[in-house]
Amino acid sequence: MGERKARKSRVRRFTNPLTSDLSPKENEMTITTSARAKVNNGVNVDALLGARTALEQAPEAAQFKWRASCEWVNGTHSRSAIGSFFGLGAEQSRNKTFTVEADHPQVFASEDSAPTPVELVLSGLASCLTAGVAAIAQRRGIQLHSVRASLEADMDIQGILGIDDEVRNGFGAIRVHFDIRADASEDDIKALVAQSQRRSAVFDIVTNPTNVFVTAN
Amino acid sequence: MKFATAIIVGAGQSGLAMSWHLSTRSIDHVVLERGEVANSWLKERWDSLRLLTPNWQSRLPGYAYSGDDPDGFMTMPEVVRFLHQYASLSRAPIVTGARVTRVRQQEAGYEVETNLGAWRCRKLVIATGACNLASIPQLAAGLPARVASLTPLQYRNPGLLPDGGVMIVGASASGIQLAREIRAAGRRVVLCVGEHVRLPRTYRGRDIQWWMDVIGAMDVRYDTMEEDIERARRLPSLQLIGTPERVTVDLNSLGKAGVELVGRVVGLADGKAQFSGSLANLCALADLKMNRLLSSIDDWVNASGLAQQFPAPHRFEPTDVGSQTRIGLDLNDAGIGSVIWATGYRPDYSWLDVPVLDRKGRIRHDGGIVPAPGIYVMGLPFMRRRKSSFIDGADDDAADLAAHLGHNLNRAAA
Repeated sequence: MGERKARKSRVRRFTNPLTSDLSPKENEMTITTSARAKVNNGVNVDALLGARTALEQAPEAAQFKWRASCEWVNGTHSRSAIGSFFGLGAEQSRNKTFTVEADHPQVFASEDSAPTPVELVLSGLASCLTAGVAAIAQRRGIQLHSVRASLEADMDIQGILGIDDEVRNGFGAIRVHFDIRADASEDDIKALVAQSQRRSAVFDIVTNPTNVFVTAN
Repeated sequence: MKFATAIIVGAGQSGLAMSWHLSTRSIDHVVLERGEVANSWLKERWDSLRLLTPNWQSRLPGYAYSGDDPDGFMTMPEVVRFLHQYASLSRAPIVTGARVTRVRQQEAGYEVETNLGAWRCRKLVIATGACNLASIPQLAAGLPARVASLTPLQYRNPGLLPDGGVMIVGASASGIQLAREIRAAGRRVVLCVGEHVRLPRTYRGRDIQWWMDVIGAMDVRYDTMEEDIERARRLPSLQLIGTPERVTVDLNSLGKAGVELVGRVVGLADGKAQFSGSLANLCALADLKMNRLLSSIDDWVNASGLAQQFPAPHRFEPTDVGSQTRIGLDLNDAGIGSVIWATGYRPDYSWLDVPVLDRKGRIRHDGGIVPAPGIYVMGLPFMRRRKSSFIDGADDDAADLAAHLGHNLNRAAA
């Protein structure tokens, strides 16, 4: 996801992380505005909360459409273009169109000129969760120093090769590990990561089924 | 047409508490009850259910539990007796068997139609409860016809269920209690777990409700929270059960008992259920929130200087859902004979012909004050306080709203 797109999508995804806090001390624990101002993870929380309030009053403006187009290059190599999207009741254009290439590695008899599509899915999941961690940390008044996510996914390629119908094509499981340095306790960091999953679009996309409609010509 | 200054709809704990507070203010009123006092407690609960709050916490204005088992949990017949006694001691002006069929705004008040005739009133208090109807997700429509579909409002005991395994959707108070007793009856049980609030029954030698009471968690007000109150109001019910043995029922204990834990149901078609892969995260969230509450209890104990009076702090095993959670189930192959939708409850306002519902059908209110002249609502989750939907929460809310109601009457008279 490009930076601008990530910000826009967070407008929809982001909701108050502290609300369901059971703690009776939530008023004491809530970071005061001045403390929050000292924390800078580069996320404009006020704008996000403002957008949330506005969209509660106008749910139709919350209807977004994301788009990508993809051109075959050669072999398993392809190039996607990501540009305009629809949201806030209007077409949203960008200053530039982003391109993302994909290919397959040499063990698949390919040129390995770009990551595989399934690796891009992992990258999408990692970026989405990482963006969420930053936004929620900002909201909770937690200064981040570094955030590193490592991802690994299992795949039995008997599925995609058509060897065994009982083996699915996709991942058997995905494991994500976050290494986060921040001015916060271990539990607070774990809570950031947990809440980020709860509000992540890509996490939802990979953990829940989605209807897909494909047409041609 | 009969007239009362105020009409209270519903004679459960909320309606009775409001009646008491209106009586102390000498405000003429009547309580209209569709069935008999404590009707929902009597007719819409499963056989084994007990209150989730200990007996000592059954407190109403001018009245409290006075038996010899303050730490026990009332059965439903005991709750019904408790409220009947209160109704008679407080001499609440109740009309039983009066089902309200329509409420319309009229000049300077409301017309309340019932099967026993119409009333007119200036003030209306909706105390019909938060759990009249079961909320069932739309995807329930995809359930095969041969699988029985029921809600906790219809469930009575395992023996009355159709043969076969049982898929229970929802792991809040209702879901975990049903999973426990249906599994104990020897059935295969698949429990679909969405967002939930994990709590131990007891901690450091005391009931969790005792702790939440003493540290002030139950008294947190809706208007003092910086965070979004609507989210707090939508929080699922606590994973608790009231038993004489004071057992804790959580996903770990259910798993050990042989209940199969799966994620939230996200698909139901062609006889197959699909479950979300988010189970591990929802369990991690619930564990973190539980530990945060336990930490605040520990902080309270330390600050109070009473640490010697309680056993040492400790933490419970993290929820273990393993790494092999299934994400799909063929209901036929699994022998599932029934699905129970323990997916929450909602109030029934079908009789309320006043435009006060939001686009999701929820009543709009500010701490129980509804944006229509003279209408109040009671007993909704976190309505004015975290305890608003508990029996113990009726008194304070009724006192506040009766004061508001009385003040408005006086202002109108002046």
